[in-house]
Amino acid sequence: MAIEQREHLTTSTSAAEAALLSRTPAVITPGHTFNSVTDTISHVVLTKRTPIGWFLGFFVAFVLLMILNMTIGNLLLTGIGIWGNNVPVGWAFDIINFVWWIGIGHAGTLISAILLLFRQQWRTSINRFAEAMTLFAVACAAMFPLLHTGRPWLAIYWLFPYPNTMGLWPQFRSPLIWDVFAVSTYGTVSALFWFAGLVPDLATLRDRAKSPFARRIYGMAALGWRGSAKHWQRYETAYLLLAGISTPLVLSVHSVVSFDFAVSVLPGWHATIFPPYFVAGAIYSGFAMVMTLAIPLRKFYGLEDFITMRHIHNMTKVMLVTGMIVAYGYMNEAFFAWFSANPYEQFMMTNRMTGPYAVFYWSLIAINAVMIQLFWFRSVRDNIPLLFILSLFVNVGMWLERFIIIVTSLHRDFLPSSWDMYAPTRWDFGMFVGTIGLFLALFFLFIRFLPAIAIFEMRTIVPEAKLKTEHHG
Amino acid sequence: MLHGLMAEYENATALVDAATKARLAGYRKMDAYSPIPIHEMDEALGLKRTRLPLLVLIGGILGGIGGFSLESWASAIAYPMNVGGRPLISWPQFIPVTFETTVLGAALTAFIGMWALNKLPQPYHPVFNVDAFTRASTDRFFLVIETGDPRFDRTSTWNFLESTHPIGVSEVAS
Repeated sequence: MAIEQREHLTTSTSAAEAALLSRTPAVITPGHTFNSVTDTISHVVLTKRTPIGWFLGFFVAFVLLMILNMTIGNLLLTGIGIWGNNVPVGWAFDIINFVWWIGIGHAGTLISAILLLFRQQWRTSINRFAEAMTLFAVACAAMFPLLHTGRPWLAIYWLFPYPNTMGLWPQFRSPLIWDVFAVSTYGTVSALFWFAGLVPDLATLRDRAKSPFARRIYGMAALGWRGSAKHWQRYETAYLLLAGISTPLVLSVHSVVSFDFAVSVLPGWHATIFPPYFVAGAIYSGFAMVMTLAIPLRKFYGLEDFITMRHIHNMTKVMLVTGMIVAYGYMNEAFFAWFSANPYEQFMMTNRMTGPYAVFYWSLIAINAVMIQLFWFRSVRDNIPLLFILSLFVNVGMWLERFIIIVTSLHRDFLPSSWDMYAPTRWDFGMFVGTIGLFLALFFLFIRFLPAIAIFEMRTIVPEAKLKTEHHG
Repeated sequence: MLHGLMAEYENATALVDAATKARLAGYRKMDAYSPIPIHEMDEALGLKRTRLPLLVLIGGILGGIGGFSLESWASAIAYPMNVGGRPLISWPQFIPVTFETTVLGAALTAFIGMWALNKLPQPYHPVFNVDAFTRASTDRFFLVIETGDPRFDRTSTWNFLESTHPIGVSEVAS
């Protein structure tokens, strides 16, 4: 009787599990083994034949990258006067794009660190390329403040704590110097985390590479990794510690970026909502970029078994939640402008909604507050081509948000005599489009030469990785 | 010269079983190699907990102290400057940089410390001399009992490893 009951219980749980599983797609398509996982992912890198699509994509990215080179060349020869920003809009594309790129980077760290701490198994197949995305996004972001100085070869001397010829140090009470520390720490830690994660996979590539040249290069990069139990123990400890360290770091970085605005006294910038609202916006735009990259990646390289519908659904849900926080931030800004009874704050808000840049404001509301409501529907979450388009829209929407915050607050100053309009020049667009080229070019090189999915972590989630206990076996 | 004897296993369970048996048989100088981290291995091989967390804590504290000292020294000693009547060491405004340098110190220690304790990079290691070992990074599991072990004996250790149901046993040239 007791046995029967127990059997009944187990069948009912497994039935419940099966029901749950049928509604929630698996993190990895069943049937994979250590070998098949390793083979599928490393084949993308070790194959002799580079897909023609890769060359086409890289070509487009390379053309855009050349636009960046041309723009930077002109910038260095002529000076930053070639950009459209001028008093009163002293900050424009350079800061908009900086914040946009840094924000995109945040999703990579969220996936690799925060989801690891929360034991979210689905992070495993997207963390590697999301981290790569972070690195490349930070590289693109860093271009803007560096080139904004006009003479980037002196930027180190101006930005980092080093006294000038008069013995004067950078102002440590300024959010701009906090930004230098936050972004350089973020870039460094992301690179360490990414490389540490790559080493066991580089060892796999070393052992599987057919060409002696590839074996040598991957071998050097793998540092002689041999999968020793003693090494794994320290490796896992270090990996977990890095995740724990990166978690507050990623939250701090966009908070510090928001301080650039919030610490000033400008209407539209001086708001306590800024740090959480910026962090949520960063994760929101970052997940949109992960989606933009993941959808073609899984399609063209046949990685649908690893980046499953589960990942697509979860990313959509994260975008929905963080997008709603961002929308709440917009509401909050409007509410506080009204509630403050401060005429400057109220004017700023009316100007945003009805002023010369109103069309951008309403576009961003349409995207970030209205359009994302589509993510509530399962039919939308299942529709991959639609999601790809929506994710591009989210990228645009978050760019518009930074444009609105920066330009509308500056172009209508306290003194109407200093009011002016801002318009970017073609060199502004050259820089922006150029960094997109840099980002894409780096990403194309990354998927060609390094495993875009963490192989050893994928091995840990196939059934083979589970130890068989005496009892069953 | 012989580095040790290597046994190859089909799966993680077999490797953990073999390592446990080897430890019970009195072997100490040995190492296991696997394509995935196996938590049960720490106990099977009797590995001590790593000192890394302590090092990372120290690295973080030093980073934090370093950042805060830099700010205080630059603002109060190297070039004292009165900004809006605020104290020279206005500590709340020094916190963001202190936080970032704490994180940087801890992260660098975690990264460098892990490789240093693991004695990597190490371009050459005897285990790579075994041809089958290339699968250690894909789907095979290996146990190596090293010649340095006081109980090591070419024949009896070989027989012992054969008794743990491996796919094969081989010599590791050093």
